[in-house]
Amino acid sequence: MEQQLKNIKAEAIEEIRKAKDSLKLDEARVKFLGKKGALTSILRSMGGLSPQERPIIGKLANEVREDIERALEEALKEVKEKEKAARLSLESIDITMPGRNSEIGNLHPITKVLDEIKEIFFGMGFSIAEGPEVELDYYNFEALNIPKNHPARDEQDTFYISDSVVLRTQTSPVQIRTMENIKPPIRIIAPGRVYRSDAVDATHSPTFHQIEGLVVDKGITMANLYGTLDTFAKKFFGEKTRTRFRPHHFPFTEPSAEMDISCHVCDGKGCRVCKGSGWIEILGSGMVHPDVLRKGGIDPEVYSGFAFGMGLERIVMKKFEIDDIRLFYENDIRFLKQF
Amino acid sequence: MKVPYKWLCEYVNIDKNINEAADALTISGSKVEEVIEFGKEIDRVVTGKIIKTEKHPDADKLTICKVDVKDEVIQIVTGASNIKEGDIVPVALHGSSLPGGVKIKKGKLRGVESNGMLCSEVELGIADENSVHGIMILKEDTPIGEDIKKILGLEGGIIDFEITSNRADCFSVYGIAREAAATFDKELKKIETSFNETDDSIDNYLSVEVKSSLCRRYAARMIKDVKIGPSPEWMQEKLRQCDIRPINNIVDITNYVMLELGQPMHAFDYRYVKGKKIIVRTAQDDEKFKTLDGVERNLNSSMLVIADGERPIGIAGVMGGENSEIKEDTTAVIFECANFDGTNVRLTSKKLGLRTDASSKYEKDIDPNLIDIALNRACHLVELLGAGKVAKGVIDIYENRVEPYTLKVSPEWINKFLGIEIEKEEMRKILKNLEMKVYGDDVFEIEVPTFRQDVKIKEDVAEEIIRIYGYDKIPVKKIIGETVEAQWTLEQTLIKKVKNVMVSCGLYEAMTYSFISPKVFSLINLPENHELRNTVNILNPLGEDFSVMKTTGIPSLLECLKRNYKRDNKEVKLFEISKVYIPSGNQLPNEYDKLIIGMYGKVDFFDLKGVIENLLNVLGIDKAEFEREENSSIFHPGRTAKLLVRKKNAGILGEIHPNVAENYEIEDRVYVAEIDLKTLFDAAKNEKRYKPLPKFPAVSRDIAMLLDENISVSDIEKAILREGKELIESVKLFDVYKGKQIPEGLRSLAFSLTFRAEDRTLKDEEVNKVHESIINRLKEKFNAQLR
Repeated sequence: MEQQLKNIKAEAIEEIRKAKDSLKLDEARVKFLGKKGALTSILRSMGGLSPQERPIIGKLANEVREDIERALEEALKEVKEKEKAARLSLESIDITMPGRNSEIGNLHPITKVLDEIKEIFFGMGFSIAEGPEVELDYYNFEALNIPKNHPARDEQDTFYISDSVVLRTQTSPVQIRTMENIKPPIRIIAPGRVYRSDAVDATHSPTFHQIEGLVVDKGITMANLYGTLDTFAKKFFGEKTRTRFRPHHFPFTEPSAEMDISCHVCDGKGCRVCKGSGWIEILGSGMVHPDVLRKGGIDPEVYSGFAFGMGLERIVMKKFEIDDIRLFYENDIRFLKQF
Repeated sequence: MKVPYKWLCEYVNIDKNINEAADALTISGSKVEEVIEFGKEIDRVVTGKIIKTEKHPDADKLTICKVDVKDEVIQIVTGASNIKEGDIVPVALHGSSLPGGVKIKKGKLRGVESNGMLCSEVELGIADENSVHGIMILKEDTPIGEDIKKILGLEGGIIDFEITSNRADCFSVYGIAREAAATFDKELKKIETSFNETDDSIDNYLSVEVKSSLCRRYAARMIKDVKIGPSPEWMQEKLRQCDIRPINNIVDITNYVMLELGQPMHAFDYRYVKGKKIIVRTAQDDEKFKTLDGVERNLNSSMLVIADGERPIGIAGVMGGENSEIKEDTTAVIFECANFDGTNVRLTSKKLGLRTDASSKYEKDIDPNLIDIALNRACHLVELLGAGKVAKGVIDIYENRVEPYTLKVSPEWINKFLGIEIEKEEMRKILKNLEMKVYGDDVFEIEVPTFRQDVKIKEDVAEEIIRIYGYDKIPVKKIIGETVEAQWTLEQTLIKKVKNVMVSCGLYEAMTYSFISPKVFSLINLPENHELRNTVNILNPLGEDFSVMKTTGIPSLLECLKRNYKRDNKEVKLFEISKVYIPSGNQLPNEYDKLIIGMYGKVDFFDLKGVIENLLNVLGIDKAEFEREENSSIFHPGRTAKLLVRKKNAGILGEIHPNVAENYEIEDRVYVAEIDLKTLFDAAKNEKRYKPLPKFPAVSRDIAMLLDENISVSDIEKAILREGKELIESVKLFDVYKGKQIPEGLRSLAFSLTFRAEDRTLKDEEVNKVHESIINRLKEKFNAQLR
């Protein structure tokens, strides 16, 4: 019987060793340890043994069972590992296939750039003011030192709704409306649509966007104008940007200045974008004309201020090197997806 | 305005090259549009003296020259035959360039080394092929080793300035010279104006009468014994460089003075001035007049004319008449030197469609006192050119003399205003260089010359000082003082939210024009008398397509969809936040912000509705309802909803009517919404409040039933919620089925109901009871059959 147990053990270990998968191992378990298994039947026949033999054989039988169980357990563990590894390799996918996503849309490039500009000025304490697009001649021209028959009216070809109502040609009327409504200190930008009767071509659009700025307080100087716009230019176009102010003429500022920035493409060396000059004209600005302050109900002997205005499309075109202004208003989805 | 650089330098010794000068003038306020350089392409060409010549050993026509270019003697082989030892010639050195992109390099000609090239006028680009032959021989006293551009005066060029409307005084070479003198702190040379008069007085020949105040001053001079002929080359060259065609000496003098001083002049042939008289008057309506260019003009009473005793002989400030023009046999001339109202000249020129050099100067309102120097200068030139004799005396009608203007400003205020520290004496010098007289010390009393009518207030003086002192010297300073807190308005915040939702829903932002064609109302099927056809109209539109302000944003966005569709873009989802302009009965219309959505491709009504629901959700609007809309002519009668927010109409969404889609040539279903943002924003809740998470579990029950297909899902949902009372938490449609096994006219709807109590775990019996009553209610009210 002892020999029998040893044989069973050897046979079982051998079979477990040979088993390739969990099914075969289960078969082996049933064959040797099951209710009708080899070991069980031997244990059942132990009744015929002498009392001296019984504990010895019993002990041996238990040892054999434990050995087989252990062997089974180890083999099973090994087989499971192998099976898992096999499954993992079967489950390999082509991770270069496209992801599944819900499409995210996009803001118009003009909105994107405008938002960026708004944030910069917001950070400098500017709030956003608004005004009507269909505007009184008074706000658009008269109050800005541009009386009827002023040559500047020819330079800004105006759409008229009636003798006294126009489509605003600039965002500057918001200056007057703001001064009428809030008292200094004033620090606002006023972005918005403006209109000029320019025929549509690659660089002209009858509708475009401007951003007006106005600061009024005691002791505001031209140096503050420079400081504000220089900071804006560096934040928007990059820290390395240099600015240059040139005298100019606007009826509603005195002194007036145009600001150029060093070309962001060639860093001022001269290229296609800046037409070789190294500079790009960005905006018009100046100290608010005392007559304009008075029109806004502000005493120029007490307060001073500066104002500026820039064309948004121009800046967006320079920034993205877009060569045709019409693209902004065509809304071809392939264009809108690029920004 | 074009200014030849050499001409400019005749009045002020600038002592800089043309580009440096142009940059400096730009920075001081005379903006340069363009610099046209003459000798730009010439580089490394110097003067050299031929010290020895010998025949080429292997070529009869070639000569070997030894040329002294000061620093060295170089050997050059040339094919030219017009040179001899001792000649001074232009020498293109090794590595030099010539016009047309020609580069000169060392080489061998028939085996003999040649280290450059002797140049002809043609090669230097200063003469054309046929006019000269051979190498250019320079004057004997020409220094050698000098840059040829300097020797030939090719260093200059033309500077094209942009003159702003307030600076009529800069609209001349001398005006720019005055700016240059101040900019470079150099002396401005006086203009030579001396001449002799004959004994014969102008009064024997002419009288002038000014009948309109639009003529501020009228001065005339008589030139006798005129000999018409060409003007000298130096004068012609300057005129040509300024784009004026030389005609004859008399006409050229008037144009020369206009370019030089900015004062337009005119010359009449005295023979044709009838009645020995000039009358300045307004034209009669429908008066006909043929201008110098041979075109017959129809005048009216708003225009000012120069007439003789019988008829107009010129349109004031614009153009003279054919009837009195200078001819080859002209022997007596009247010089007109006058000042007219700028606005009137501008309007006349606009009405006639005739803009001339004279009108563009007059329209900027030039200084009436400029006439004195200009008329004398013209007479001086007549004498200089030997073109005639100046009769004694001048007729000068000048009633309201313009006097210099005086204003006071303290240097201290200027520094404070600019945020800079400029020395008082520096300011004084700048103003003096600009020909302003400065008196006083702590407070400057400044006498502004009459040609600077733009300087009226102390801020103007500040600008004069800083632009010459240097805009670049103003420091960069942050604003100090009371801090101003920036904030977004509620509306600005909400607009940002709307845009964010749209983008997250996969929509792309569009921007369209604010004006539309009135024809688009028919394209979107709007009835004839619809209120949206009442538009704000543009009096002077670019064309019908841009002639009225939008009252709805739908047509413009459909236009974008059409464009995309035509370009074969398969999936397009756009939105725009667009203003509409609604006549208000007041002067200004009301402007409202609308959200317009437009989409086609793999989308249907519920994709569009989902976008709107997301938006309502983000804005915190809970009292919103969608109501069936069957009566909009723009939309599909069965696939359109009205959005009600707090019972107010907030807009419309749905599938575009196939007729409209057809009008826009889109063969796909198109979904569009137009939502009024103000109505949404009025209902938006910005403050969200935390609600504790449920502590007790929920119980779910499903209901599937057959219902008449005309019963709306929202009615069922409402009934379930009402019947479920406080125990029902939510109801959700999860299946809709029509077709096989479902009788005609019915549909199967399946809902998932969630029950929950805040304070306890619900017992089955409780739930069953509510569920039961819901089912009974549905059976009763909608004749629902459970499945």
